[in-house]
Amino acid sequence: MSHSDSFIRKYIFSTDHKIIGIQYILTGLAMALVGGTLAGLIRLQLGWPGLQWPLLGKLMPVGMPSGVMTPEFYMALVTMHGTIMVFFFMSFVLVSGFGNYVVPLQIGARDMAFPLLNMLSYWIGLLGAIVILLSFFVQGGAAAAGWTAYPPLSAVASAMPGSALGQTLWLLAMALFIASFTMSGLNIVATVLSLRAPGMSMMRMPLTVWSYFISAIMGLLAFPPLTAAAIMLLFDRHFDTSFFLPSGLIVAGKLLPNHGGSPLLWQHLFWFLGHPEVYVLILPALGIALDMLPVFSRKPVFGYRLSVYCLMIVAVLSMIVWGHHMFVSGMSPFSGEYFSISTMLITVPMTIIGVNMLGSLWGARITLATPMLFALGIIALFGVGGFGGLFLGNATADMQLHDTYFVVGHFHLMIGGVTLLGTFAGIYYWFPKMFGRQMSEALGKAHFWLTFLPFFTVFFMQHFVGLQGAPRRYYAFTTYEYLNRTHGQNVVISLVAFLLMAGQLVFALNFIWSLVAGRASERNPWHATTLEWETSSPPPHGNFVEIPTVHRWAYEYSVAGEALDYTPQTVPARQVAVTA
Amino acid sequence: MTHSTSPKRGVLDVWLVSLMFLLLGAGIVLYGRRDWLPPLASRHGAGIDDMLRYLLFTTGSLLFVAFTALSWLVWAGGRRHVVTQRVAAARTEVVVSLLLGMLMAAVAEGGVLAIGMPVWKEYFEAAAPPDAVQIDVTAQQFFWNVRYPGADGVFGRVRNELVDEASNPVGLDSADARGADDIYLVNQFIVPVDRPVHIRLHSKDMIHSFFLPHLRVKQDVIPGMTPEITFVPTKEGTYELACAELCGLGHYRMQGIFKVVAQRDYERALREEASK
Ligand code: HEM
Ligand SMILES: [Cu+2]
Ligand SMILES: [Cu+2]
Repeated sequence: MSHSDSFIRKYIFSTDHKIIGIQYILTGLAMALVGGTLAGLIRLQLGWPGLQWPLLGKLMPVGMPSGVMTPEFYMALVTMHGTIMVFFFMSFVLVSGFGNYVVPLQIGARDMAFPLLNMLSYWIGLLGAIVILLSFFVQGGAAAAGWTAYPPLSAVASAMPGSALGQTLWLLAMALFIASFTMSGLNIVATVLSLRAPGMSMMRMPLTVWSYFISAIMGLLAFPPLTAAAIMLLFDRHFDTSFFLPSGLIVAGKLLPNHGGSPLLWQHLFWFLGHPEVYVLILPALGIALDMLPVFSRKPVFGYRLSVYCLMIVAVLSMIVWGHHMFVSGMSPFSGEYFSISTMLITVPMTIIGVNMLGSLWGARITLATPMLFALGIIALFGVGGFGGLFLGNATADMQLHDTYFVVGHFHLMIGGVTLLGTFAGIYYWFPKMFGRQMSEALGKAHFWLTFLPFFTVFFMQHFVGLQGAPRRYYAFTTYEYLNRTHGQNVVISLVAFLLMAGQLVFALNFIWSLVAGRASERNPWHATTLEWETSSPPPHGNFVEIPTVHRWAYEYSVAGEALDYTPQTVPARQVAVTA
Repeated sequence: MTHSTSPKRGVLDVWLVSLMFLLLGAGIVLYGRRDWLPPLASRHGAGIDDMLRYLLFTTGSLLFVAFTALSWLVWAGGRRHVVTQRVAAARTEVVVSLLLGMLMAAVAEGGVLAIGMPVWKEYFEAAAPPDAVQIDVTAQQFFWNVRYPGADGVFGRVRNELVDEASNPVGLDSADARGADDIYLVNQFIVPVDRPVHIRLHSKDMIHSFFLPHLRVKQDVIPGMTPEITFVPTKEGTYELACAELCGLGHYRMQGIFKVVAQRDYERALREEASK
């Protein structure tokens, strides 16, 4: 690249997918800090409801007057925590961040198909993040209707404090996020379809690329209904329409003038997005795990083709099961039967993906490096989380479990945990690629232990809090006698959650320290086969001095008779036999 | 093989990780097999409990097996020096995957179809028997308006325009004589044991959810819709009603008291309320 590029063009308003990817990752990690702090406050309240924290009261005089949290502030915390974690942490870091950084490198492209659009996508996303953060400071506070924003709560400004300006800003932030995420998804689809290096046929792509490709397509299909719904909700809020507001609503003693709308319609539109969205998040984490296992097992992934097909089937099925979030909403019981049966079908491809992960360890030579530890953790969380899904996808069982802590435990293991571990695995694995330095293995392992076990404990226990009948989004469980017995469990959960959060300091330390003083990394530190390791670390602008030619699939480990136990995708067949 | 710069392979790590997965598998089963559900107090609830127990049992067993396998794979793989099983034959991959996939489908769909669906059908499709106790419930931020039809067995007409939070919270129309004997309670329910209860639900403002944990009843109440539910309480006692759908800042304290008593006590209680 020319030397006249200013710092600003190169690192701030850059169109280079690598810089944009890193921008997404750093922004998302900063948002995770916010989302995590909110979770800390939530756990503080649930562990010790109504206790006075004078210092916090000084910091947050509105939300915690004289140090005791108000219910409306609690609800804002839960809503903002969920929104930030799903959209501004996981979507940013795992999907857009690694998607941007890794996908072009792994398919041997010089950049994304639309670099300018890519830059725009980041900046619009950042704007969304800023709007959501600012919403804490408006009159009435941040949105408090839950990350699902069900109307009428989210539609009627007088419903609760957060339903005033906070909810409008929430919708605005969502609109910005969706615009950004759509551009980024479009880019990934176009890049994978049109910019693969010579020889990189679709069936030679690493599963990571496949998972990003499929997740991007799902995002493109699923987001438009939510966009429409968000606009309709804005109209209901500000222009007196009645898309989601039925006749005869009486809020705070006042009869509203609305006519003929349906709150249920929002739930359909929301979950038509919402369910695919959880797969948009989780597929990349699964793809990363499926690719990391071979690197540290020194053998090809088990069932490559099957995994590709299963990812596709999951994507298709995920578009037709949204109703399992609405079993007790009052929709027709026949729909309940349909959605139960279709949801259970997803267990087939999901089980096969799980089996393929385990199969990849069969007869392997395992090295427990940090990324591998996190990949193994993914298998565990995916297993428990998936089995929890069997309860919730089953309409009969869901009658008891819907909207209880069982749900909270379940989705945290899946879209919270599998994705979190996937994010960490990705960071430890690609850090040398991004910054040319190695992260500390000792700190990395400590971080694994301080993350996996506490995370598992917290959310495993929450399933059983739910089985005891504890509803979610409760400010406290003190009103109900039958919930007294969950109190001790909530204290334990809170304490372990604090341990989990403290453990993330080890990660922060490792990240920052390695950035400045980490050991210089060799070009291919993990002895992996994929294309990103065929160029320097960090790669130059344009990624490859010369576009590589691909001769084989991505899993050529331990080829019989070879001195090296890995054969990069660029090695021609006449040098080392192609085995798949 | 040339692995000079690859991460070191620690024996301790293999031990720890392998042991962790083994203990987790056992821990899951030990923790999960305790009796977590609130004591049961309804007829259809027995079916829901069967469904839950079936799932707890099957998933618990499968998780135990899976975690043990994972533990063993890490243990064996962490000590191995050369890969012994590079690629399985394509046929093996397909057969193993499909077999296990089908097993899971059988567990999952089998549960839905064999245990779940009959309960679901019974709960939703059985028409309310004529002798059912009729109750009309209007949820609002943050309490439950409860109405019994009174001696005539018919609810009086309500109209939203007539609602006055202080004097007429459900908007009872005084022009309708059938409403004169309606019994109105707040957050209080009383029903006889072993007789079907038929509840019609409304919401004035937000979405609420009528959740009786001990009776295994949960029904969202979306404004504009009037879902109806029927169930049979089977055990006398005083149970708590919770709201299970976020409805505002008082969601966590939208509590009702649901009393299940003997038929005689039920009749007396209603007579007392009617004379008030
Ligand atoms: C630091 C670890 C975390 C802790 C201790 C934690 C804790 C909690 C708690 C206590 C709730 C409130 C549940 C309720 O009342 O319904 C909650 C909600 C939620 N969390 Fe987390 N969480 C963590 C990480 C995450 C992550 C990584 C995600 C990523 C996707 C996530 C996504 C959500 C969502 C979507 C909600 C639902 C919000 C709503 O009900 O509207 N959480 N979390
Ligand atoms: Cu779903
Ligand atoms: Cu509520």
